[in-house]
Amino acid sequence: MNFDPRFSGRQFKSVGTRPIRPDGVDKVTGRARYGADFSMAGQLVGRVLRSPHAHARIRGIDTSKAEQLPGVKAVITAADLPDLTNGDAAMFDILDNCMARTKALYDGHAVAAVAAVDARTARQALKLIEVDYEILPHVTDVDEAMQHGAPLINDAIFTEGLEEKPVKPSNVSKRTQYGHGDVHEGFGQADFIVERSFKTEQTHQGYIEPHACVANVSSDGTADLWVCTQGHFVYRQHCAQLLGMEASKLRVTSSEIGGGFGGKTHVWAEPVALALSRKAGRPVKLVMTRDEVFRASGPTSATSIDVKIGARKDGTITAAEATLRYTSGPYAGMWAEIGAMTAFACYRLDNVKTVGYEVLVNRPKTAAYRAPSAPMAAFAVESAVDELAKELGMDAVEFRIKNAAQEGTRSSYGPVYGPIGIGPTLEAAKDHPHMKAPLGKNQGRGMACGFWFNFGGQTCTDLNIGMDGSVSLAVGTVDVGGSRASLSLVAAEELGIDYSQVKAIVADTSSLGYNDMTDGSRGTFSSSMATISAARNAIKILRERAAQTWDIPVDDVVWEKGHAIARGEKYGNLAALSLKEIAAASGKTGGPIAGHSELVADGAGVSFATHICDIEVDPETGSTRVIRYTVVQDAGKAVHPTYVEGQYQGGAAQGIGWALNEEYIYGKDGRLQNAGFLDYRIPVCSDLPMIDTQILEIPNPNHPYGVRGVGETSIVPPLAAIANAVSNAAGVRMTHIPMSPPRILAAIEAEREG
Amino acid sequence: MRYIRPLSIEDAVGQLAGAAGPAAILAGGSDLLVRMKGGFVEPDLIVDIKLIDGLSEIRETAEGFSVGATVPCAALRENAPLKKAWPGVVEAASLIGSKQVQGRCTMAGNLCNASPAADSVPALVAAGAQALIVGPGGKRTIPVEAVPTGPGKTSLARGEIVEAILLPKRAARSGDAYLRFIPRTEMDIAVVSAGVNLTLDEQGVVTAARVALGAAAPTVLLVEEAAEALIGRKLDEAALERLATVCAGACRPIDDKRGTIEFRRKVAGVLARRAAITAYERAGGK
Repeated sequence: MNFDPRFSGRQFKSVGTRPIRPDGVDKVTGRARYGADFSMAGQLVGRVLRSPHAHARIRGIDTSKAEQLPGVKAVITAADLPDLTNGDAAMFDILDNCMARTKALYDGHAVAAVAAVDARTARQALKLIEVDYEILPHVTDVDEAMQHGAPLINDAIFTEGLEEKPVKPSNVSKRTQYGHGDVHEGFGQADFIVERSFKTEQTHQGYIEPHACVANVSSDGTADLWVCTQGHFVYRQHCAQLLGMEASKLRVTSSEIGGGFGGKTHVWAEPVALALSRKAGRPVKLVMTRDEVFRASGPTSATSIDVKIGARKDGTITAAEATLRYTSGPYAGMWAEIGAMTAFACYRLDNVKTVGYEVLVNRPKTAAYRAPSAPMAAFAVESAVDELAKELGMDAVEFRIKNAAQEGTRSSYGPVYGPIGIGPTLEAAKDHPHMKAPLGKNQGRGMACGFWFNFGGQTCTDLNIGMDGSVSLAVGTVDVGGSRASLSLVAAEELGIDYSQVKAIVADTSSLGYNDMTDGSRGTFSSSMATISAARNAIKILRERAAQTWDIPVDDVVWEKGHAIARGEKYGNLAALSLKEIAAASGKTGGPIAGHSELVADGAGVSFATHICDIEVDPETGSTRVIRYTVVQDAGKAVHPTYVEGQYQGGAAQGIGWALNEEYIYGKDGRLQNAGFLDYRIPVCSDLPMIDTQILEIPNPNHPYGVRGVGETSIVPPLAAIANAVSNAAGVRMTHIPMSPPRILAAIEAEREG
Repeated sequence: MRYIRPLSIEDAVGQLAGAAGPAAILAGGSDLLVRMKGGFVEPDLIVDIKLIDGLSEIRETAEGFSVGATVPCAALRENAPLKKAWPGVVEAASLIGSKQVQGRCTMAGNLCNASPAADSVPALVAAGAQALIVGPGGKRTIPVEAVPTGPGKTSLARGEIVEAILLPKRAARSGDAYLRFIPRTEMDIAVVSAGVNLTLDEQGVVTAARVALGAAAPTVLLVEEAAEALIGRKLDEAALERLATVCAGACRPIDDKRGTIEFRRKVAGVLARRAAITAYERAGGK
């Protein structure tokens, strides 16, 4: 394959327009099939028994009564999912999380499961399973878990990354460090230093569709899995490995997805459903309840972060330092490390140091949540940056512009930046009318910046041209935000045909080569690159067919505006052949026409955003109202601007919920108190203003159209932007997320009392 | 599980009284169905009272208003005389759940669900509303605040049904208001709430007052001392300050996932004060 992914400036015809998405009508009319909408003849209902304890040794499980209940077809425990991970620690954690082996490690940890003829029987069967627990002391708070004498969650974990290997096990699985220069020296040069500690509570992605799947294991050892996922190829690998199957014998089909945001990159129910089906010999549908989703899927980390930043009088930052502690649930993680990498990525710093600690707690295993780990780090850093600007007497935007990273800057996590968008987003924010709009009583304005890496990864697509000239595009990246529309636009652009001639689908794991998950904002970035490559391969064949029809050398045939054109004066009398005409004749010119592509999409350009928001605070109740919100973000090139705006707005909306009200609340008993949308408060429609967006297009040099991922960066600045706005409105610095009314009122009262 | 739809209240009472196992009354179902789905209750008998004649009517009588047990809260907003007489009660009922929920839920159900955070109940208590109860022993009328006895518990005997909520006839120069605190704008449950009902004389002096607090104790509180703080005075700053202090002091709240004791106390006072100002304006006070 000699595909050239480099950016080339070009005029677009389809890319940049806003047609209706191919999946839209079915979604708004209720026809679209989500995870729980698939059913098979003879299917059983799967249900999972979960630990009510935060930390308990499982002394024994008696399933005999449940097995004898009429209508129960299979009961499984960890014994039915033997350890086949062969020393792969990360896979063993996934296995143990799917079904607790020796210990239940959090409230909601699966301990057994049943498959029965109906839901009522399955529920009754769960009540008949007797688990003998020895309750152990637990810890759910990040700082408490790090203290000496804290209940130890896993005595085989010794902190990695220390100079000397520790002799005692710990709840800290790893220490990581990033940065360059000498912060000690840098702080010595500073005229002003701000030093603050921050906390953020654990939040859930809050996708509206719970995890759901149908598993069908045949007696010949092959199996089908229909599932709601962000990555069916990864689910296939993980499930196959955990169940001891060959991956080729497991076919995984991804359903439509009612939100994932990183939370559907990890298996929970799927290996259990497969194990139940294998034991029962019948298909099993397993749908998690909302309560189970909160207690036992993968929320993001709770954090505790210390930040210290120093600057000279002229506004130059001389040193920046942060210590970041992130919970990873009861297993080892790498979440603090990502926080340590992203914390200062927006700035040009001579002296910077970040240290991350991965902390085990008795909470569900942490999973990715949209730019995982970056929003909390940005909250701490951008709050301190705002405060430092105040101390310097500088405008918050000007201070950031003065210190913003640019092309050639060595980033705080190592690499040197190419062309990036932090400066332009700040300049755009500075010039935005929002910045000059007057504020009312009890209102405050805040702004903040955010960074995310973005990812490319392994990608495989097929582009088939039908005899009627229609183009079907099969991709392996699950469509979480309108990528089928965007990829159809890209295919139409490259082929020079109309968008309506292209139909994109997400193919199953048996129909395409391996694709990485839709994560790291890679869906449109990577699959558009593969689509361009596949389309170019198809064009090569289209040109060959035209050349054959005309009986001229293929090198004399060019492809322009959806037509093969014979180049050169001697072919002046040959009428151009359209894609439709070539396709119609394909049966006689060599058979079907298709383009294939498999590649690793390197060079996902880093992404930056700047957000501005206005918040009104009721000083008597601590109640908040978001008055106005503006997102400025670099998209490289917005393929379908409506869906780019949707990503910007969605990230901001989730960030607003996280900043103001969402949190996991644990009781003293280590049980989750608010496992439902009533008391886990995501914003409702009326809580949000219209979120304004401004798309900047600073081309990514590593993509033919300049595309950058856009899905995640939009959730990075909101916690900080809102915290800065609330702090300005309330007249007191808020350091604990979420800034719920009780926290705001307590802070105002404390400030009043001095 | 048996589901029945009796056509008369006598039949409904008889079926409930004669039920061997746990039985439940279904009006709007916005609490019952959620509880059943969550596995918190498993009734053997469900008596749907929506087909019973007259229960879905709002009647204006010589004594005031009678709101039938199956009148959905959304219908209250559509009744102009009721809205004019008891705006606070109607606004309280209009805060329950969401628009969709309000199309089903009822004030009688809100009362019998016996949640201390019920939105319509503090407004009804402030209004001096009565519950008309039918049971195996005949009819009786009691103040609404005597129905709930604790979270999820009522004083209703086996077989008894609240047939209607009775709101008294309005004196001249009267007004009521209800406010609740939630962190969101809708789809939520009161962290703390306050209902205030006032009657003024021609000079704007408060002659009668009732103040009720929700989510501040195991049941809705009728705070007589708060009423006393207002009676005999215009709604001056000192009276409002006293009202807020008394309300904050009268609370017996708990620390839970929805709010702290300290927060609830403070906000109870703030809401009572704000509701009093609105009620006073509605009564024609200046």
